Amino acid sequence: MVQKVSVGTRLAKAAIWLIVILMTASCLLPLVNMVAISFSSSNAVASNQVGLWPVEFTATTYQKLLNDSQFWASFWISVQRVVLGTLINMFFVISMAYPLSKSKLRFPAREIYIKIVIFAMLFSGGIIPLFMVVSKLHMINSIWALVLPGAVPVFNVILMINFFKGVPTSLDEAACIDGASPLTILVKIYLPVSLPALATVALFSIVNHWNDYFSGLLYMNKASLYPLQTYIQQLTVDITQITDAEQLKQLSTMSNRAFNATKIVVSTIPLLIIYPFLQKYFVSGIVIGAVKE
Amino acid sequence: MTSSPAKHARISSGDRKERMTFHLMLLPGMIMLLIFVFVPLVGSLMAFQDYVPARGLFGSKWVGLENFEIIFSFPDSVQVFWNTLIIAFGKLVMNAIIPVVFSILLNELGGKYFKRTFQTIVYLPHFLSWVVLATVVTNMFSLEGPINALIGLFGAEPIQFLASNQWFRTVIIGTDVWKEFGYNSVVYLAALLAVDPGLYEAASIDGASRFKQILHITLPALMPTVVLMTALNLGNILNAGFDQVFNLYNPIVYETGDIIDTYVYRIGMVEGQYSIGTAVGLFKSVISFILILGANNVAKKTTGSSIF
Repeated sequence: MVQKVSVGTRLAKAAIWLIVILMTASCLLPLVNMVAISFSSSNAVASNQVGLWPVEFTATTYQKLLNDSQFWASFWISVQRVVLGTLINMFFVISMAYPLSKSKLRFPAREIYIKIVIFAMLFSGGIIPLFMVVSKLHMINSIWALVLPGAVPVFNVILMINFFKGVPTSLDEAACIDGASPLTILVKIYLPVSLPALATVALFSIVNHWNDYFSGLLYMNKASLYPLQTYIQQLTVDITQITDAEQLKQLSTMSNRAFNATKIVVSTIPLLIIYPFLQKYFVSGIVIGAVKE
Repeated sequence: MTSSPAKHARISSGDRKERMTFHLMLLPGMIMLLIFVFVPLVGSLMAFQDYVPARGLFGSKWVGLENFEIIFSFPDSVQVFWNTLIIAFGKLVMNAIIPVVFSILLNELGGKYFKRTFQTIVYLPHFLSWVVLATVVTNMFSLEGPINALIGLFGAEPIQFLASNQWFRTVIIGTDVWKEFGYNSVVYLAALLAVDPGLYEAASIDGASRFKQILHITLPALMPTVVLMTALNLGNILNAGFDQVFNLYNPIVYETGDIIDTYVYRIGMVEGQYSIGTAVGLFKSVISFILILGANNVAKKTTGSSIF
């Protein structure tokens, strides 16, 4: 009897391991397949021989990519917008979250501001009026169109408000009595103790800017000005113009699949570089975010 | 409100100066919100116009609710509305169930090292864009791809998943769950960390099997979080995932896969019917806004926490 239970338990344990491993593998293997395709000969790719390991190993697509000037131009645009966009996001996150984290007593107008901010988070006029505003401001084809419309990341502002609220007010009050100005208190006290939260918000900004393809598609009308994700989106856009099943079949056997895979792999490398940092911080970020404002 | 002399002293020039600084700090952000949120909101009044770009918002003819009448007389837009609801509802349900199951199973495994490795891997797809993942998904579901090879083992005919109105929604819901289940499980794993290990010990001394412990300890511990997340996601029921659908769909599957956001983009930005496109978008915004406020209130009442 006792023996029987332990066999059952062991079987259950084995089943759990199997399911968890399968679920995990489902997240990893398709990406490994992409990398394998990028290192395989285009013949092997076209005849669908590539699984998790390169077939007829070759790095020719990587060599070809080195000379692909449009890819690197787009890569550079993306790097620029990540740096510029993240700096702008951080400026607004800090400058808005700090006053809004103060109590109603100390800053009565806070209640009105916070309502405006939450409304801005929840309600949008949609892409068409926004596009018209951006084009009226003559920002079409300029990098500002990629960074200014989303300059205030409202969700992150609220996340930061919640974090600042957790900073002990005794620190703040002591400095106040010493006659320190609000700005000094922010820089000398709040920012240093908020580094993990600031890192979380900055990493979210970096990922958002790197991954965004849509503003490039909307606001850039020259392919040479596309950020990297828009450039890649355009490579694969053919699929949205397909009108019959036969074309879709042809597309999947196209010979430049290996080259496209290479571009995708290289475009993902910057994310993989920051991924360890992301992992370190985003869990705490989600937890802070779940706290009520 | 009687103001004592002491209070008067506190609301002195020092406090006023502080408040002034706070107002000044908020000014740049408010200007940005004004330009990029509130001005477009005024612009969305073109939903009530026959908007002609050359005449602008003030010169175009006002037509009242005519655009909305036009929208609801299109069979297309009614279909789009249903597609959105079906896809978003499928995601809502599956994005609640799968992460809960995953976190319970992961919680049952011993070995911190393995757990952490599994977590590292399953969080990854969340951070990759749909542009990148659309290529991965297209690869997986292509005629000669691994999924078709798998069903071929069972003797089934290969299926063109991304060009089949029978399958498209399933693929959209399934791949979204695939991308997000790891990330969505974070909150549940955090909730499980808070469970008192003494409860399990007591239960096993009483002779409760592992399965019974899951049923009576783990699952109840997760329920508040499940309710909160589902309530909050309910507010997103009109967001079926623009980036995902936009990068995976094609005209063959418009019938089942076209959602409000992709429809607005095509009608407004591609075909240039600004007023109709804006009207569809505005309709969605208003309904979403009401739903989110409602969901937030429900979450606040039932679980005591909310996002704002």
